[in-house]
Amino acid sequence: MNKWEDNKAWFLVLPVFVIVAFSAIIPLMTVVNYSIQDIFGPGERVFVGLEWFKEVLGDPRLHEALMRQFLFSGLVLLIEIPLGIGIALLMPKKGWGASLSLVLMALPLLIPWNVIGTIWIVFTRPDIGLLGSFINGMGIPFDHTASPTQAWITLMLMEVWHWTPLVVLLAYAGLRAIPEAYFQAAKIDGASAWAVFKYIQLPKMRGVLTIALLLRFMDSFLIYAEPFVLTGGGPGNTTTFLSIYLVKIAVGQFDLGPAAAFSLIYFLIILLLSWLFYQVLQNAGKGDA
Amino acid sequence: MNLEWMAWTLPTAIFFITIICILIAMTTWQIISPCIKRRGFIPLSTTRGDRLFIGLLSSAYIHLAWLGLTNFTIWIAFVFSLVWMGVVMRWG
Repeated sequence: MNKWEDNKAWFLVLPVFVIVAFSAIIPLMTVVNYSIQDIFGPGERVFVGLEWFKEVLGDPRLHEALMRQFLFSGLVLLIEIPLGIGIALLMPKKGWGASLSLVLMALPLLIPWNVIGTIWIVFTRPDIGLLGSFINGMGIPFDHTASPTQAWITLMLMEVWHWTPLVVLLAYAGLRAIPEAYFQAAKIDGASAWAVFKYIQLPKMRGVLTIALLLRFMDSFLIYAEPFVLTGGGPGNTTTFLSIYLVKIAVGQFDLGPAAAFSLIYFLIILLLSWLFYQVLQNAGKGDA
Repeated sequence: MNLEWMAWTLPTAIFFITIICILIAMTTWQIISPCIKRRGFIPLSTTRGDRLFIGLLSSAYIHLAWLGLTNFTIWIAFVFSLVWMGVVMRWG
């Protein structure tokens, strides 16, 4: 068998290449084309060179949205990863309790993202919402549509409620994969619960936690539907993240040229972060026992 | 086939044709002489394709930084990126 025969297998993935070409590469090419032109309508366009890139790079609203995005993703990771590990440690290991916990944990992940936003709008409404009216009833003024701080708190609560279960499920799978012999040896040595966590459970979960961290960072960095439905980017621009700002430019203002330049810069940020995370993941995989 | 909706221009067509030519050349090079991972000044073991990706991505950032931070012509960034690509491919 020579290597040419082996390479015939590449034809099997040809359909995927065709689909990716139509769904990703051709749109990407179009975005690149749009980014250097002023588009007025079908067939009406003017070449402007790199003007839109210069404009977008100097846009203070983009800088603010980027900073918000990093802050949001940082907070998401700081809360969801430790909380997810904690819940996974507390979940029953076997029996009906384990099955019930897994089903309950999976529920928020099954709800469509825009529905999550709607649920939380109703839940936190200051007049009739269960949470909103309860907080107001305690004498604390609460209205996430008026207060930026409360909008951020509500957004974080929604995000944590929606996505911590993913971390829980991954951490739980990692914990269940640790052989019982480790715990028996630790028991014989009289190790404390903290020592078991620090020297057995945490190192053994390194692989799954890396995946959880990467998934949560990427998802939170691309977030759109939930904050768009819940706050619409407000009050003011205080919850306007990169994707929301991009849609405002492209659809709200119909500035297709600047929006295309913005999309490419956003794409380059995501590409760089994905590559860095991929490298981290590869190295974590090699070091994992 | 009408491709008017894609709003092609000569510079973007040259850009994509260059990218496609680079990919074809790299594939041909790989078939004729398969590369082995090695470690250069980049703190990673990289293949030829990895170094191409790193070079292209960093070149994109060089262009963006040039655009965002200076008012000089973009061609200076382009020449700098070409030199940088060469350095990464050879010693990266």
